[in-house]
Amino acid sequence: MSGGGKTGLTATLNRGWWQTRKWLVLRRVSQLGILGLFLLGPLAGVRIIDGNLSSSLLLDTVPMTDPLLFLQMLVAGFLVPAGTAVLGAALVMGFYLLVGGRVFCSWVCPVNLVTDAAGWLRLRLDLHGGINLARSTRYWMLALVLLLALATGSLAYELVNPVSLLHRGIIFGLGSAAFVALALFLFDLFVARRGWCGHLCPMGAFYGLVGAVSPVRVRADQRAACDDCMECFVVCPEPQVIRPALKGAEAGRGPVILAGECTNCGRCIEVCPQEVFAFGLRYPNRERGQGSETRSSPGLSKGAAT
Amino acid sequence: MNGGSGEKGSGHPAQPGRRRFLGDLARTACGVGVLGLGLGLHASRANALPAAAIRPPGALPEAEFLAACTRCGLCVRGCPYDVLKLAGLLDEAPAGTPYFVARTEPCVMCEDIPCVPVCPTGALDHALTDIHEARMGLAVVVDHEACIAFQGLRCEVCFNICPVRGKAITLDLQHNARSGKHALFIPVVHSADCTGCGLCEKACILEEAAIKVLPMRLAKGELGHHYRLGWEQKAEHGGSLVTPDQQHRYNLPEGVRYEHGGRGLIIDEGAESPYSDNPLDTLNRGLEPDR
Ligand code: SF4
Ligand code: SF4
Ligand code: SF4
Ligand code: SF4
Ligand code: SF4
Repeated sequence: MSGGGKTGLTATLNRGWWQTRKWLVLRRVSQLGILGLFLLGPLAGVRIIDGNLSSSLLLDTVPMTDPLLFLQMLVAGFLVPAGTAVLGAALVMGFYLLVGGRVFCSWVCPVNLVTDAAGWLRLRLDLHGGINLARSTRYWMLALVLLLALATGSLAYELVNPVSLLHRGIIFGLGSAAFVALALFLFDLFVARRGWCGHLCPMGAFYGLVGAVSPVRVRADQRAACDDCMECFVVCPEPQVIRPALKGAEAGRGPVILAGECTNCGRCIEVCPQEVFAFGLRYPNRERGQGSETRSSPGLSKGAAT
Repeated sequence: MNGGSGEKGSGHPAQPGRRRFLGDLARTACGVGVLGLGLGLHASRANALPAAAIRPPGALPEAEFLAACTRCGLCVRGCPYDVLKLAGLLDEAPAGTPYFVARTEPCVMCEDIPCVPVCPTGALDHALTDIHEARMGLAVVVDHEACIAFQGLRCEVCFNICPVRGKAITLDLQHNARSGKHALFIPVVHSADCTGCGLCEKACILEEAAIKVLPMRLAKGELGHHYRLGWEQKAEHGGSLVTPDQQHRYNLPEGVRYEHGGRGLIIDEGAESPYSDNPLDTLNRGLEPDR
């Protein structure tokens, strides 16, 4: 396994800087751009999108509501929310059902900037160890969030939800939210690798469930070309999702990364020197290397370096 | 290295593997459970809104509001006067929920209530279209000792500033017993018309306002639901509901009368005092064994 600093080096030499950072850069542009759009209102008086990630209004017409929050609302006993919230939750839910639930995590959520930074620094500093959390803990957390809403009759988790605290803090200027970001950063850096997003965050868990059925996926169509450099495992925030698709050929598994936990961040695609991965669709879940499907091969794969 | 689930190849036979899996499961469940308990306690404490924080117009009753408000801040953005704030992590109000503090920034009662229709969930009830129907809280003259109107001085600042002037606050004229010849102009708030905007609290001339807007739950008492006020029932009914009271007859000694008209106990002048010098005689009256 390559040390932190060299990840992506071979790919960069093969394909150049842009091709090996394209999705990463686009992702940062998306994350910061969305923050920027929200900030335009309070800072410059330009109202493109109002509110925050919990609920917002785009161009004064399109409502958006976080579906998990909406679910908590129902569980807490508020059964007749205004139509705006219903429509908003349906729109957001529909979008993520289509493109992959955890696209929220990698392309929108501001916490990802913090935890990715911690993850990157952890690689750079070659930090190891920390506590072991089961990746399934987040599903317990999700259950807890809903249970709390049921028991307290309020959106109790929102009192501490770092995602909304941070986003709200950035937009509405609440100083203490910076400490939440710092705490998450330190937690991921020293306590648990990819601790928050990969193991604990109930929103990540929720969006993971949403994404389990979505059609837009990362595919390892060229998996035969894999030379076990392991770079994809190093960069992936959820490395456990790769193995079944990449190494499952003998077991009869298809090349599509099916796990909902995959955030569709696209890092594996660009960092792989063998160009094994590409964005594509869920179906068909078998190699597209052979037969008539070769030409319709989607995404970046310009034919692997076989 | 991530927990027990999914990692294979440890070389252990199946049995210990499963045991470890179950152990991990129990550990996780316990950890999350404890976390939940803490969060629940935190929530129940944090959900008690402090008295100084008043919800925006149209806000549902607090318990429902906490289930309905997504903490998006659209109402905050909607308010043209920057009255509303979103609670921060360390504020007393539950994090992210909107409120205002009357003494520093009261609601100016916009005609079109722009903060309400933007609320996506209806946590601010869209049915509120007339700001005069808003009940954000209730103004209460909390300190009769500090309010200078009670000293007999002229003030009426709260009365004059009130947008529902003359209805939400009236001035009650009372006799000034200290000077003997002046009037007190006492501010009295009426819950039927006060919107809880807080303009009066902001305007109160005292160092610390004598009139304060309190959340309804603190401002209002509540009569037992079985209570009926006789005169109201009587007015509704158009007459007495029961057969008129018999004049009460007191067991009075000679020479003593009771006048229901208002004078009360009357001892006939000239008559000898009906009371014996020994108070025991009075107490024992009617109990004499040899009657
Ligand atoms: S896991 Fe949670 S905190 Fe991390 S990116 Fe996803 S929603 Fe944000
Ligand atoms: S009524 Fe007007 S001043 Fe009062 S909170 Fe709403 S928008 Fe602000
Ligand atoms: S607009 Fe409604 S949901 Fe949003 S913060 Fe205000 S009251 Fe809450
Ligand atoms: S809060 Fe004060 S100013 Fe506002 S309506 Fe009530 S009495 Fe009038
Ligand atoms: S403004 Fe203050 S001091 Fe003056 S009458 Fe009203 S409550 Fe009393």
